[in-house]
Amino acid sequence: MATQKVKRTMNNWRVDGKGRINRDKHVRFTFDGVSYQGYEGDTVASALIANGVHLMGRSFKYHRPRGPVTAGSEEPNALIGTFRSGAGRFEPNTRATVQELYEGLTTVSQNKWPTLNFDIGAVNDKLHKLFAAGFYYKTFMWPKSFWDRVYEPLIRASAGLGISPTEPDADTYAARYLHTELLIVGAGPAGLAAALTAARNGTDVVLVDENREIGGSLLSEAPTAIDGKNVGNWLIDVIGELEASRNVRVMTRATAIGYYHENMVGVAEKLTDHMASPPANAPRERMWRIRAQEVILAQGALERPLVFDGNDRPGVMMAGAAQTYLNRYGVKVGNAAVVVTSHDSAWHAAFDLADAGVRIPAIVDVRTNVNGYLQSEAQKRGITAKVGHSVTSVSGTKRVSAVKIGRISDDQYVTDITSIPCDAVLMSGGWTPSLHLFSHTKGSLQWDEENEVFLPGEKTERCHIAGGGRGLWSQQAVFDDGVHAAQQALSSLGHNAQPLSVDVEGDRAGSGIVMEELPGNDDKLSRRAFVDFQNDVTAKDIRLAVREGMLSIEHIKRFTTNGMATDQGKLSNMNGLKIASGELGRPTPEVGLTTFRPPYTPTTFGTFAGYHKDELFEVTRKTSIDSWAEENGAVFEPVALWRRARYYPKAGEDMHAAVARECRETRTFVGMFDASTLGKIEVVGPDAAQFMNRMYTNPWTRLAPGRCRYGLLLGEDGFIRDDGVIGRLSEDRFHVTTTTGGAARVLTMMEHFLQTEWPDLDVWLTSTTEQWSTIALNGPNARKVLEPFVKGADISAESFPHMALRECTVAGFEARLFRVSFTGELGFEVNVPSQRGRALWEVLYQEGKKYSMCVYGTETMHVLRAEKGYIIVGQDTDGTVTPADAGLTWAIGKKKPDFVGKRSLTRPDMLLPDRKQLVGLLTEDPDVVLEEGAQIVEAGDTAVPARMLGHVTSSYRSETLGRSIAMALIECGFERVGTSLDIPMPGQTHRATVSRTVFYDPDGDRIKM
Amino acid sequence: MLLIHCPYCKETLPELEFEYAGQAHIARPENPAEQTDAEWRDYLFIRSNVRGDHAEQWRHSHGCGRYFNALRNTVSDKFIATCEIGQACSNGHAEGEENNEQLES
Repeated sequence: MATQKVKRTMNNWRVDGKGRINRDKHVRFTFDGVSYQGYEGDTVASALIANGVHLMGRSFKYHRPRGPVTAGSEEPNALIGTFRSGAGRFEPNTRATVQELYEGLTTVSQNKWPTLNFDIGAVNDKLHKLFAAGFYYKTFMWPKSFWDRVYEPLIRASAGLGISPTEPDADTYAARYLHTELLIVGAGPAGLAAALTAARNGTDVVLVDENREIGGSLLSEAPTAIDGKNVGNWLIDVIGELEASRNVRVMTRATAIGYYHENMVGVAEKLTDHMASPPANAPRERMWRIRAQEVILAQGALERPLVFDGNDRPGVMMAGAAQTYLNRYGVKVGNAAVVVTSHDSAWHAAFDLADAGVRIPAIVDVRTNVNGYLQSEAQKRGITAKVGHSVTSVSGTKRVSAVKIGRISDDQYVTDITSIPCDAVLMSGGWTPSLHLFSHTKGSLQWDEENEVFLPGEKTERCHIAGGGRGLWSQQAVFDDGVHAAQQALSSLGHNAQPLSVDVEGDRAGSGIVMEELPGNDDKLSRRAFVDFQNDVTAKDIRLAVREGMLSIEHIKRFTTNGMATDQGKLSNMNGLKIASGELGRPTPEVGLTTFRPPYTPTTFGTFAGYHKDELFEVTRKTSIDSWAEENGAVFEPVALWRRARYYPKAGEDMHAAVARECRETRTFVGMFDASTLGKIEVVGPDAAQFMNRMYTNPWTRLAPGRCRYGLLLGEDGFIRDDGVIGRLSEDRFHVTTTTGGAARVLTMMEHFLQTEWPDLDVWLTSTTEQWSTIALNGPNARKVLEPFVKGADISAESFPHMALRECTVAGFEARLFRVSFTGELGFEVNVPSQRGRALWEVLYQEGKKYSMCVYGTETMHVLRAEKGYIIVGQDTDGTVTPADAGLTWAIGKKKPDFVGKRSLTRPDMLLPDRKQLVGLLTEDPDVVLEEGAQIVEAGDTAVPARMLGHVTSSYRSETLGRSIAMALIECGFERVGTSLDIPMPGQTHRATVSRTVFYDPDGDRIKM
Repeated sequence: MLLIHCPYCKETLPELEFEYAGQAHIARPENPAEQTDAEWRDYLFIRSNVRGDHAEQWRHSHGCGRYFNALRNTVSDKFIATCEIGQACSNGHAEGEENNEQLES
């Protein structure tokens, strides 16, 4: 950064002797161009707070100044952009509370302009009455002329969180599968107790945790001792034991993002985001698909904010987060912290902070009855306990400077208001069991009336929930529950589970109540009491939604966007629900809870894509002749999964010139075409002819071996599915060809009928597409080029007529030689084993030089077949076209009693007179090439909207005819031959005459040469 | 990802190896020409759309290639049973199709 200011290291907010950071390892990083120092083990958030910085971003809608409200992955506010080294490595919306610090890390704030401190967009906050919930449904309506010129640019400019990266992702991502007996999600006290129990019983265990180290809540709130050791030493022993167990795999920085069917859990493992210089070629993240026989969810609980005016100001945060910053990072979040709570846990947080030298001016507890032990502990520390009190407002914009508190009277109104100066407010509204993954399984949630929480109910998968997820609070109870869950899982696995006991000293039990918006001293209307920090949803918005008639939480959610941000309402859902149920006057469980969906935390697209990008995104199928085409300058196009040569330009030729030349030379002399991608299916067996009769419209019984026939395949609904030339090699063997894109579909359809409807038929179906290379020679000189190389067959016009087939050798290679044509010229298709394709191609190419032969690609193939009116299934048909519509009734075996789709051809709708039919179109201006897909209307029809009669399916410039030609599906098309229609296209409407589809050599003389 | 038991391979394998092939036990009429328009329409288009146990065909397309019948619950999306083509899968207490009707009513 050019204008980088260097700030003197300010670690005034570090607390000696606290935290798990490495104080021997200084780490420098920048935030908005200012250089700061932190320690190894810090997150960006903990290091900034240690430097006295709480303001880390602006909110989405109102651009209000925001700081971190949590210390974990649930963080809604402190979203930053990170620049890892190298192009394509900018990431928006990274949670500062999760991003680990490393030397040289560059970070920026978001949603501000021009600067974080002075942001023009903050005017939205002053205008917040205009931006109430649902404003966008009501605001951008009139006038209509503003829709695209004013409203859309405005909405687009302000929409979105952070700035999307503009460069391709430069990183690579990995993916792996893992199978295990037991997967444990969460390495807090419950998860560790479960892991130890299972490990000691020899069970295969995988333990995953999203943090950089195991321990969970033990890292934030340490009891005096576990099993007689301090927590740090206990954790060292545990990780040592787990790592030494061959049956245990511990994965950190690994987030279980989704719980899928049959105990498959997706785990996104971060590998390099914490490294200053990642190893070369190391993947950035790895997606694990873990299939476990049993799963233990030990994800704990998330602390709920309290809802009061100004609860989003920087410096206001969860009490548990302040405890984490202190105990895990050695950082105090302020010098004077007022605690506001409805739960005992915040009292312990206050004590931890007070013991570390933070002044606690007051603990404000909305409850009237608070445990005497807590009150005496407060007294011991000289902390004023304000029981039965509430917060009415917060002063300070970019950092809290004071809170106003008062006594809650009997009518829930706050009186005796006093202002307490402070630089932090620690809030706790109690704890919400983290049941996101359990919800992914469609496991039901049960409302616990006493504690006012949703707890896991009916399970749909083989999983167990342990610890905080079941609403348990004290660490002893959570440890014991982890052991219990492991015993259940092991017993399901058929293992004996020796119980294990973990002994916690100095445990902190506790309880609390669940509040709606806190009582205040006003009418609530002017309060800015936030429920969803990330989407800027206030309590007022939720009440407005109810007044506007939203009765279900699902509607309230969509109207207000509460819980729809990237944190999926981890902090906001329960508060929103409580406020809605209060406003509706209905019990909380009746109003319901919205569904949590994967991923648990935002996950980069690259992790989902894994290896499936660039050349590995999709297979590219290549014929054996593809390499020759590449060497000879072909221009390629994708066709289904194949890469096909589209045309072979000579020096100075564009596509039009190349195609015109290829068409001309093929019709005049001879052209060679790689047709290897045609689908091929070998139909073999005593009942092969019978099977073919049932599948295809055409009759096959009397087709002699050595002959072939155009085959038309319908769906049972009577619409054209596929076509191709089918040769009979012997009584019991057919060589079926299909369209390039239809090969797999046709084989599947054949197998379906054969296996499920006609298992009595003795027939075998084999895909041979890739066994044969197919070279097509078309043009008057085709026989001259081919004849010298054919052994074992006479290919003269007399012995080898059109639609004949021989097995022979060509240039010494075993071959199936067809006399067929997709151009209307004398044509041959030579099938040789794939590995011989290129060799034969080169032999014929050399020989062809004597006869002015060209090679041509798919574009010329398209033009030449269109000149003859040969259809391409899927281009000239679209799944609603019958044989009659396409003019192919001649391909139907009239005497056959049945074939797939036959009965449908006489359904009433198939016989309607106004069906669309395939016809030709000749534009009045022969140089106009219509757009494929263009709509067709009556001549002179200028009504808006016009009645559309059909559309152009194929359209080309025909070199042979010296003009444009087109095919089209048009209502009553056959009756309209000779009449005129209009084709409106951008800029101009073109008139065309309807014609038959055979534009060239209608008598088919050339094919018989 | 679902796990599906192939009754031919006799192995329980990931869903990726399989593909759905429509509702089961809809036999192609012996003689389509004799079907009325309404009967033929029903054969072509009318499907049960069950909320509950659904009899359906699947194919082990990336394995043995065989089609088989299955009973899957459309609410839980769990496979209850799979069986060879030509058989009706048992859900343990009633014929598959009959159970569907009970659930629908």
